Amino acid sequence: MTRKQPIISIHNVTKIFNRSVTAVDDVSLEIAEGEFFALLGPSGCGKTTLLRMIAGFENPTIGRIVVDGQDMDGVDPNHRPVNMVFQSYAVFPHMTVAKNVAYGLKVTGVLEKDIKKMVPEALELVKLGGFEHRMPHQLSGGQQQRVALARALVKKPKVLLLDEPLSALDAKLREAMQIELVNLQKSVGITFVIVTHSQAEALSTANRIAVMKDGQVVQVAGPLELYENPNSQFCADFIGKINQLRAKVIGVENGSLAMDIKGIGKALIPHDGPAQGKVTLAIRPEKLQLDSDEPADDCIKFRSRVANVVYYGSTSQVFLENIAGEQMMAEVRNRESGTTTSILIGSVVWVSWKTADTLVLTK
Amino acid sequence: MENWRDNKLVAAILLVPASAWILIFFTLPLAIVWVYSFGERGPQGQTLLAFTLDNYVRALELIHLGILWKSVWTAAVATLICFAMGFPVALGIAFAPARFKNLLLLLVILPFWTNLLIRTYAWIAVLRTRGFLNFGLEWGHGKLDTMFSFAGLPDIMGTFEPLALLYNHSAVVIGLVYVALPFLVLPIYATLEKLDRSLMEASLDLGAGQWRTMASITIPLAFPGILSGLMLVFILSLGTYLTPVLLGGTNSMMIGNLIAQEFGPARDWPFGSALSFLLLYITFIILWIRAMVASRSKGVSY
Amino acid sequence: MSAKELQIGTQEDPNTRPRMRKVRPTPLEYTRKKWFQLVLLLNFIFLYFPIVALIAFSFNNSRRNITWKGFTLKYYVKAFHNESLFDAFLNSLIVAGISTAVSTVLGAMLGLALYRFKFPAKNAFDGWIHLPIIIPEICMGVAMLAFFSRLNITLGLFTITVSHIAFSLPFVAVVVRARMAGFDHSLEEAARDLGANQWQTFKDVTLPYMMPGIVAGALLALTLSLDDFVITFFTSGPGSTTLPIKIFSMVRFSVTPEVNAASTVLIAITLILTVVTMTIQARSGKNKGLPL
Repeated sequence: MTRKQPIISIHNVTKIFNRSVTAVDDVSLEIAEGEFFALLGPSGCGKTTLLRMIAGFENPTIGRIVVDGQDMDGVDPNHRPVNMVFQSYAVFPHMTVAKNVAYGLKVTGVLEKDIKKMVPEALELVKLGGFEHRMPHQLSGGQQQRVALARALVKKPKVLLLDEPLSALDAKLREAMQIELVNLQKSVGITFVIVTHSQAEALSTANRIAVMKDGQVVQVAGPLELYENPNSQFCADFIGKINQLRAKVIGVENGSLAMDIKGIGKALIPHDGPAQGKVTLAIRPEKLQLDSDEPADDCIKFRSRVANVVYYGSTSQVFLENIAGEQMMAEVRNRESGTTTSILIGSVVWVSWKTADTLVLTK
Repeated sequence: MENWRDNKLVAAILLVPASAWILIFFTLPLAIVWVYSFGERGPQGQTLLAFTLDNYVRALELIHLGILWKSVWTAAVATLICFAMGFPVALGIAFAPARFKNLLLLLVILPFWTNLLIRTYAWIAVLRTRGFLNFGLEWGHGKLDTMFSFAGLPDIMGTFEPLALLYNHSAVVIGLVYVALPFLVLPIYATLEKLDRSLMEASLDLGAGQWRTMASITIPLAFPGILSGLMLVFILSLGTYLTPVLLGGTNSMMIGNLIAQEFGPARDWPFGSALSFLLLYITFIILWIRAMVASRSKGVSY
Repeated sequence: MSAKELQIGTQEDPNTRPRMRKVRPTPLEYTRKKWFQLVLLLNFIFLYFPIVALIAFSFNNSRRNITWKGFTLKYYVKAFHNESLFDAFLNSLIVAGISTAVSTVLGAMLGLALYRFKFPAKNAFDGWIHLPIIIPEICMGVAMLAFFSRLNITLGLFTITVSHIAFSLPFVAVVVRARMAGFDHSLEEAARDLGANQWQTFKDVTLPYMMPGIVAGALLALTLSLDDFVITFFTSGPGSTTLPIKIFSMVRFSVTPEVNAASTVLIAITLILTVVTMTIQARSGKNKGLPL
């Protein structure tokens, strides 16, 4: 298998503002050509700063960034093979849609006759065919974003950077745009790098996700891997919801760890990799099973009282508390019509989950 | 906002005193001047009430048209120089790091707070034959002379002739630029400050260079503020009185000192009134143009 | 490829970071570019050199020469003992005092009214009441002269003061109105809801918030009055010169250190007032609306 050169290589990049604020802390990443890559993290984690350094609007204090084999040190943004879609879309308000899309071509000397062909094509690509003569203030937010997309894509960059592209859209539009972005990326075939604070957005669109916290990359993995095997408490908690339990390792037996789980009891959990002393166990809420009868044996099980049920329409969150005071949350689908839930507050149920589904987090 | 009808008494208490003052001690005087502009000059210099357009005709007559034209021209030149110098300053401050911004603004505003008279007068010390500029030039001349002497070429520079920089038109322009500079920087700064940075970044990202971005994006979008600044400076320069009086020569009479002369030694108040209103009309036309441009660009929200 | 393979980054102890190099300025960081800094510097030299030179030479122990001949305060003493100069200074203070007091009260009321009420033809009224700000001073100056002479009122401190109030009060109105734009109207509504009447609401809720704006407006009026030349020139008579007028007559004929000294005093007063204004505004920006 031939290993292709990554399209973006970030080598030990650190960015310090005003000699005191470290926004990005020794980050190294590689992004492959044709990937849909996401930088995910809470606000202030450095993801936007990192994106702006790739685009050229900030310069790294330490380290270097290589795009398409070329070191970007000293290269101004207008000479980089990357283009950016800004969070505010930055559509030029004093130009028509067509002039906006043509701008990047015009300033780099593309011939007028070529521009005349490329602009309508780009607009068709983002489903804005026929909008050439509209002014930006006549467009909705979603339409302005498409103009920004067309404007960047018409330049055929190697990489398209998107800064929180969907955060300004309302929920329904956001979901539709997520699918559209993925399709767009597939049809155009170039690398997309998006910055987002929404884990749902990252999970649904990206091939690989880099989770960032306090300027550092905590984990880089595909969506499934990230969700099923987070490498730390932070990732487990940031992506989706999770129940966390404290436990102590009391022994190791070929590929499994004997654990004493606080408030629940002993269990044998498969886990490769070293672990000792106090660890955190985690289990996703949707993996919890609630029954009135005791379930079969190859699982961790115990009885709990239902403390509260919160209804969300298609699902409900059931808050449980067991006799030792351990609190957990289970997510159940509301399959039955005509009732918010068949689980009554105050009732006692059997809580269980497959032992193998338990995550062992050492950091 | 409350409707005045719901609180007539309070509205009246608040509005009437100030309005009455402005009415009596501003509008009325202007009205009197307006009436005078149609009047006639009596034999002993008093003002006779009449109705004639002679004053306006005279005002627009050849010589005075010359002065009118010179005033407009001087004001325009001063405005342009002010823009060339002040725009980079406004740009720099708008894009300066936050911790320097206030300091830089303060530095630009401080001269504005000092007395106009003093600021203009300060230039006399700089520009006169025995002033700082000539002193500096003389010093430089001396140094070059020494250098050339060492190189075996004495007397190549000749004797130093101080430049006659004062009491002429250039001095007036310098003085006008000096006084008006903060007035230009502030409105332009305010507009640039509000500009969405990402628009300029987008332009750079799409491949445009610095100058292209400035011309295609920054300046068109900042245009209302730029226009405000330019017009403010122009109006100020057009109606100036002190600067030509202190720094100008006999040849640099502008509309301001002509008006003063007619109300002073020449004692032709009707004529002076007409000139005064001419100046006012020009001012109003400029403001009207500004309002037109502003309302047209309101259609596009930046 | 790992960092090691590419031979960048450190192979030493990860705790010793490479020394921070000076980061190149990005395209929009204008003030960090050398040639731009030069332009800024030249501009600031242009702005400050004449004033600084003027102040410096008020301390120069030399009547005419612009070479430095020693530090002295004798010209300040001379200026202080110059009777007509001192009288002019006093006149300036009297006029400024009265003008500030009256224009602040009238202007604040006007500013408040413009913020609070809508009434027919408000736009036109707005334009009209702010005219003194935009018309060339010479036009107003001669208009006041014509007015007073028509009514046979002798020119003196009274006429000067009246004119100063006329052009100062719109400025005060602008400042107060701008301050009120940031006012949270629901504070007034809360007071009314709790039982306060109009006057109490004004006194306890609105006025404290307005205060920094009123003070700023007052200081502006004070500065405008102290510094005014053109309008004062046309409305003053013999025996009622103000400081700028007096300086003007001294200046027409020669540049003397005495004039420099008087000018420096005027600059100093204005600067102190400006600094005071800005401190007040800065502090009022910190506690939004709370007089505490």
